Amino acid sequence: MKPLPSSLSKLKRALLTSAAVAGVAIALTPIAASAQGVLNIYNWSDYIAEDTIKNFEKETGIKVRYDTFDNNEILHAKLVAGKTGYDIVVPSSNWAAIQIAGGLLQKLDKSKIPNYKNLDPAIMGSMTKLDPGNAHIIPWLWGFTTVGINVDKVKAALGNLPMPTNPYDLVFDEKYISKVKSCGVSFLDSASEIVPTMLHYQGKYAYSRNAADYRDALPALQKIRPYVTLFSSSGYINDMAGGSICVALGWSGDINIARQRAIDAKNGNKIEALIPPGGGVPFFDTMAIPADASNVENAYKFINYILKPEVHASLSNKVFYANPNKESIKFVKKEVAENPSVFLKEADAKKLVAVDSVPNDIRRTITRIYTSFKTGL
Amino acid sequence: MSNRRKPIVSTGDRLLGAFGARTVIGIPYVWLLLLFLVPFIIVMKISISESDGIHFKDMFTISDGTLTWNVKWGNYAFLASDALYVKTYLSSLYYAAITTLICLFIGYPFAYFMARSPAAWRPALLMMVMLPFWTSLLLRVFAWKGLLANNGVINDILLGLGIVSEPIKMMNTSFSLVIGMVYAYLPFMILPLYANLVKLDIRLLEAASDLGARPLTAFWKITVPLSKAGIVAGSMLVFIPCVGEFVIPELLGGPSTLMIGRVLWDEFFSNNDWAMASAVAVVMVLLIIIPLAIFNKYQTENAAREKGRA
Repeated sequence: MKPLPSSLSKLKRALLTSAAVAGVAIALTPIAASAQGVLNIYNWSDYIAEDTIKNFEKETGIKVRYDTFDNNEILHAKLVAGKTGYDIVVPSSNWAAIQIAGGLLQKLDKSKIPNYKNLDPAIMGSMTKLDPGNAHIIPWLWGFTTVGINVDKVKAALGNLPMPTNPYDLVFDEKYISKVKSCGVSFLDSASEIVPTMLHYQGKYAYSRNAADYRDALPALQKIRPYVTLFSSSGYINDMAGGSICVALGWSGDINIARQRAIDAKNGNKIEALIPPGGGVPFFDTMAIPADASNVENAYKFINYILKPEVHASLSNKVFYANPNKESIKFVKKEVAENPSVFLKEADAKKLVAVDSVPNDIRRTITRIYTSFKTGL
Repeated sequence: MSNRRKPIVSTGDRLLGAFGARTVIGIPYVWLLLLFLVPFIIVMKISISESDGIHFKDMFTISDGTLTWNVKWGNYAFLASDALYVKTYLSSLYYAAITTLICLFIGYPFAYFMARSPAAWRPALLMMVMLPFWTSLLLRVFAWKGLLANNGVINDILLGLGIVSEPIKMMNTSFSLVIGMVYAYLPFMILPLYANLVKLDIRLLEAASDLGARPLTAFWKITVPLSKAGIVAGSMLVFIPCVGEFVIPELLGGPSTLMIGRVLWDEFFSNNDWAMASAVAVVMVLLIIIPLAIFNKYQTENAAREKGRA
């Protein structure tokens, strides 16, 4: 197997760009600057504190170009096409596993990251399944897919039905979701979030490699489809804060952002991210250096900078996702540190499903099941 | 007049002239070749290549003097085997057709009015048609969200006036999708129609009126047939991009308004299957080109026949 000749890959990149004109994030291809003192970062949107980049530039004199994406698929397609021009990318660990296998990410030289010692060994240990020896990726932040509710509205909508002990019942059990539909139900618009969570809910392995498990999940998904009023991967934050959505299957940190926005707006909406007692489906977004990065030294400086306890803490303070930095907790704001849906209690953390990646044919099955679920086709 | 005399041209000039003419004619061909045919062939090649999701296998390998082909037609077979693809193609054609019809219905009177208005006004009117292009398409499409959403302007007004008791769901339905597409593509219908109608010889209509035709009859028998070229051009400019439209369905369409752009996205990004995505794209291009080619051939034959008759 040979990598694509570069001229072809260039044309492919052109194709990719036109295929995703809509991907607002993709509209600008970064300038492949290789001059000294530059660093090109490609990270998730709304995933950083306001002063992170500014302080890094001040401290090091490196000029940072910061671009954002909002799904793993776009980042992956860019890495596959090659020559992204980025020096730091932040894929989720299960996508990074595919990229590592394909040789798209560099092996890290840990001697250039003195702050590596701050990382929580338990979290790093859990990642060795996808990245043997933690050789390529370092967690940025992590969270889990769960159910967020508007406490009062859900109670009112359920009437005399008691709150279920398993929060997933609210979205996956027809008995409950049919009741809360009246105040608005939102699902993440992503096959790779909804389908594995459903499998987990049904007591199966969330990253099953058996296509039949996925097909078996479809009838249950189709049963609840009429009650989903919105598919959204980011807009639901404001809808939830504003009260037009009362139940969201979303990301833990986003739900907490909605909670904070409702508090700031003083609109009386009490938003809460629930913790599944049977364990949630987590995700780890990880920093990595693309194999063809041109500012590798600066990339190491940036990784080392993020791993400073106070910097890592400032990220959690801003976006309500847990960080993997065991030294950072003393810099985390009290209300964030004590929020059980940001930094999970040890018992809950232990029950999290271990993240895994799935082969291409299973990915196809997942997408197809999701399309069936969403459109009925 | 001096140019009625046969000009005396040297052989060298004639050669240069022929060369110049060929160059001028050649440029569009080179353009099409480089920017349409070559990319299409590359997409075609990807659609039959074997890949592991990251690297592509060479199309053919020579080892020990034997040539091995790695060509995979499976993607096309798969396209036919899953009803999803056929249904999505049909639904894309359906939404594109509806959009084209509505654009024609709104755009024709619009263009007609512009063409019949005093010549001094026309530049201003044309400007008004083109003005929206000065804003990004994304912004213009997003603006519809503000209008159509459950807590959007239209519902707020209706609720405020007491016409409805709860918001009408307009956003994320096929209604909002078609509105967005009509809005975005209407100028592409109006401009060719206007260019055509403005050249229409008004004396033909006067003659028809003198011969006793009512205005409506004259319109159907004279204006419409003469503007056929504008109608065809406008319809194609709207229909073709609408079939593959991705942005507007993503922003305004509902979860169940599936169009081929979304399926392509899924194949390319969610499934990371470039070969399958390319196969979907190739079929889409063929779906549009084949009817166009047939239509074009029919048009040319018709024109030739009419010329022969005359």
